[in-house]
Amino acid sequence: MYQHRSLYIYAVVVLIGLLYIMRLLQIQVIDDKYAIIAEKISLRKQTIYPQRGLIFDRNDKLIVYNDPVYDLMLSVPIKLKGIDTLGLCALLEIDKPEFDKRLAKAKSKSYRGKSVFKKNISNLVFARVQERLYEFKGFFFEIRQDRNYKFNSSSHVLGYLGEVNKLDLELQSDEFYEQGDFVGKKGVEKFYEDYLRGIKGEQYFYVDKFGVNKGPYKKGKLDVPAIDGNNLKLSLDIDLQQYGEMLLNNKMGSVVAIDPKTGEILALISSPFYNPSNFNIQNRGNYYAGAIKDPTKPIFNRAVSAPYPPGSTFKPIMALIGLQDEAINEHTHFGCPGYYRLGRRIIKCHGHTFSTSLQRSIASSCNTYYCNTFKNMMQSDKYANTEEAYNSWREYLKSFGIGKELGIDVSGEIKGWLMDASFYDKMHGEGRWSYANIISLSFGQGELGLTPMQMANVASVIANRGYYFTPHVVRQIEGIDKIPEKYLMKNYTKISPTHFEPVIEGMHEVTLSGTAAHIAIAGLDIAGKTGTVQNPHGKNHSAYIAFSPLENPKIAIAVVVEEAGYGSTWAAPIAHLLIEHYLQPDSVEGSSRQYLVDKMKNSNLIPLKLRALRDTAIYGN
Amino acid sequence: METKSRIDFIALFLFVAITCIGIASVYSATSEAGAFTLLEGRSGKQIMWFGVSVFLGIIIFILNAQFFEAFSMYIYIALMLLLVAVLFIGADINGARSWIRIGSFSLQPSEFAKYGTAFAISSILSTIGFSWEKKADILKIAAIVLIPMGLIVLQGDTGSALVFLSFFIVFYREGLTPNILVLGIAAIVIFVLTLVFGSLAFSIGTVLCLLVFYAFTYTNKKVLLPSIAIAAVVILFSLSVQFLFDNVLQSHQQKRIQVTLNLIEDNQGAGYNVNQSKIAIGSGGFSGKGFLNGSHTKGDFIPEQETDFIFCTIGEEGGWVLSSITILLFVLLVLRLFHLAGRAKKKFKRIFIYSLASIIFFHLMVNVGMTIGLMPVIGIPLPLISYGGSSILAFGIFIFTALKLDASRVYDLQSHYI
Repeated sequence: MYQHRSLYIYAVVVLIGLLYIMRLLQIQVIDDKYAIIAEKISLRKQTIYPQRGLIFDRNDKLIVYNDPVYDLMLSVPIKLKGIDTLGLCALLEIDKPEFDKRLAKAKSKSYRGKSVFKKNISNLVFARVQERLYEFKGFFFEIRQDRNYKFNSSSHVLGYLGEVNKLDLELQSDEFYEQGDFVGKKGVEKFYEDYLRGIKGEQYFYVDKFGVNKGPYKKGKLDVPAIDGNNLKLSLDIDLQQYGEMLLNNKMGSVVAIDPKTGEILALISSPFYNPSNFNIQNRGNYYAGAIKDPTKPIFNRAVSAPYPPGSTFKPIMALIGLQDEAINEHTHFGCPGYYRLGRRIIKCHGHTFSTSLQRSIASSCNTYYCNTFKNMMQSDKYANTEEAYNSWREYLKSFGIGKELGIDVSGEIKGWLMDASFYDKMHGEGRWSYANIISLSFGQGELGLTPMQMANVASVIANRGYYFTPHVVRQIEGIDKIPEKYLMKNYTKISPTHFEPVIEGMHEVTLSGTAAHIAIAGLDIAGKTGTVQNPHGKNHSAYIAFSPLENPKIAIAVVVEEAGYGSTWAAPIAHLLIEHYLQPDSVEGSSRQYLVDKMKNSNLIPLKLRALRDTAIYGN
Repeated sequence: METKSRIDFIALFLFVAITCIGIASVYSATSEAGAFTLLEGRSGKQIMWFGVSVFLGIIIFILNAQFFEAFSMYIYIALMLLLVAVLFIGADINGARSWIRIGSFSLQPSEFAKYGTAFAISSILSTIGFSWEKKADILKIAAIVLIPMGLIVLQGDTGSALVFLSFFIVFYREGLTPNILVLGIAAIVIFVLTLVFGSLAFSIGTVLCLLVFYAFTYTNKKVLLPSIAIAAVVILFSLSVQFLFDNVLQSHQQKRIQVTLNLIEDNQGAGYNVNQSKIAIGSGGFSGKGFLNGSHTKGDFIPEQETDFIFCTIGEEGGWVLSSITILLFVLLVLRLFHLAGRAKKKFKRIFIYSLASIIFFHLMVNVGMTIGLMPVIGIPLPLISYGGSSILAFGIFIFTALKLDASRVYDLQSHYI
């Protein structure tokens, strides 16, 4: 009975079997949606960060290296449960409320994807947590390269890294950066970011539902290794740099030393400065606020960002312009009664012989000589009026790199002050001003501002007899073996090379019998020019430019010490010690000049009111 | 005519083959990248329970086949008592009171209840004079099925209770009027349509159908009243389905059904298992990711992946090829068992083997259907494959008993009541 019903049942069984096999065919073979979703769920891509390029000085001394910093990540915040919370808190040195706060933040950032739990964990804490990480399912570390520094030095040149910001992310053209990446924010870290950063790698692996790595995807076939960044060799001489930093100890001021033959910056000091290690990713949070509050402005890069009237250091330039513009010739003498009379006004000069030659005017820093030179130029028949003459003068200066950005690879460069004729039109009325209104420009006072970098560049121009290379701190990019083209081109001034010799003679006399003769260095021929810059806010700034040797010069230097007094008292000795240190590194130690070194090192020239203010500003260093 | 008692090697082969797939799958689903061997952990236990069932199978083969027929009601009663006992001494695991702890083992009486019920049903249906026309007989059968179902529902394991519906296949085969099945299927269709379209829309649709029907048959006055009556019953049923669904089913049960019918998407909640399961199986592709290489399985994304969702591991690591082979092996086993039932000379044996085949088929249909999103999530194991000592042991004994009954047919006389 009912045997035929068996057949129906068989049919149903076979049909269901076929239906399921067809359904499986559909979801497994025909529809690849599920395979894609599965990979999305269980496949993770991890970025492998390359080693950032190391930074060396010109003598291959390592200055900047990488210091791994660890971010504790949470792979799937919502899945976190059943871990030893208190144990983890103890390891991380945080308390339970802090833990909960961080967890809530991680959840709010990314519910099901990875998010940061704690950033910038030190090596020590990392080692502690890593040991027990298997207990904390869902936590993992991401390693990134922070910077650390061999020397407490050169912070303004080196700059620092920071987390890439929204704007950087939007503006990038090559999709290189992801949120949280480090990028050079200042200094060479910023200028050579593209070389230093290297190429990121990728690693693919499976994760379980807690985000724990369950092994490589396709045996690592798709993985891409990271390519480390190019090492960078700077033109800085870290010895010279540190020596200069020592001499500028407890002073506000700058040193810029350039190799005139190449434009390579040998030393670039802005004092006071911060310890670069305090400004790396791990530490900046602790020090930045204090540094900002410090009234001596350690973050401010005076060497390229502060414009100073050049004072008497400007006189060689004025002499050169006078010679080129035929306001004077190399034999011109002007009588100086100790002042320059300008109507009822008197411009004081220093005590020196009555009649001054070009050379003597530089050596003894005669104001009268340059007032006359300037007057001759401004009233020259060559020019229709003063404005035209002024514009011509201005163009000469521009050819020295004054009143414009040089295009250096140091952060914070400014143009300085070099006024348009329209400035004086506004001040005095159009066409209603003459040389008499601007005569102080002739000896480097008034509406003129040069950065120490520009002063050093002027010294470089004079050393080269008429041209300069754009100053730069990069010497070599390893693996590229060339530096930007603009640093290899000569920039010619509007001064004929023949006019330099008398001026250089004068500058040489400065160190033989002039304002810097008291600190002449045996065995070294130095051409220099002191400057004492009037400062309406306090003591005069002490300034000095120099280069050495006279023939085939190897170093051009500018030194400015703020609120210190005469150029010959502070800036010139510091410059000479630096030149000696660079050219005759063995002669200072134990020499009779050790007292000078000690005097420079130990003098505190920071005004008392700033010192008091600084003490109240919390500044750990 | 055969003269020797011989075990059916085809069925035995299919049984062992499926069991082997099961052991390998459990190993893959539970081992941490080769952290232990096949003989350790859950796969080791699976092997052990298979061994125990083989041992009991040998005892079953030593026993006289008459024994089972004679003791069928006692076996049933003993197992029903276990079901009652579990309600009092059972351990609460995952909200269900389905396990009795004996030392370090947990016994799940509901897995064995099917075995006992099959005996009871075989016994009653093969009684001389049994008839589907007799109310007393129908009541007896109903009681035999409803008692274990009720007890298992009381344990909180609705899924295992539903398995007893598979006896309807047996009943149909043994002469139960197909109207019941037709009614059942119609009820399911109305149920689904009601949930998909809502009872109001469904009722309006029914009335419209009635009007259309009336437009074609208005000359025939005889069909008018009955058709109105049927429509009224259908609408009433639909309304009560809506009511029951909204007010009686728990929200997780509602959601499971809605997810299956694609009415809602809830891949993080009620639909999480099925969604992950479909992803795991779907990502297997044609030939799979390879043994122990299932990223979804290894990633532990699928809950119950070594028990109810074991088919995911097969689908992911073995791909379409192994999934199809597995289904094919099951279908062949079921068909072979039907064949063994068909060649039985005694009604008792036929019904018993038929019961086993129906239960395996029901499990297969529901379990695999669930993992590929064709059935709602009903927590029953895939026979011989899902990890679980009780399930392996119960199905092992069940199959060995069926094979014994088949093997002993040579001694049977042709029954008149076949």
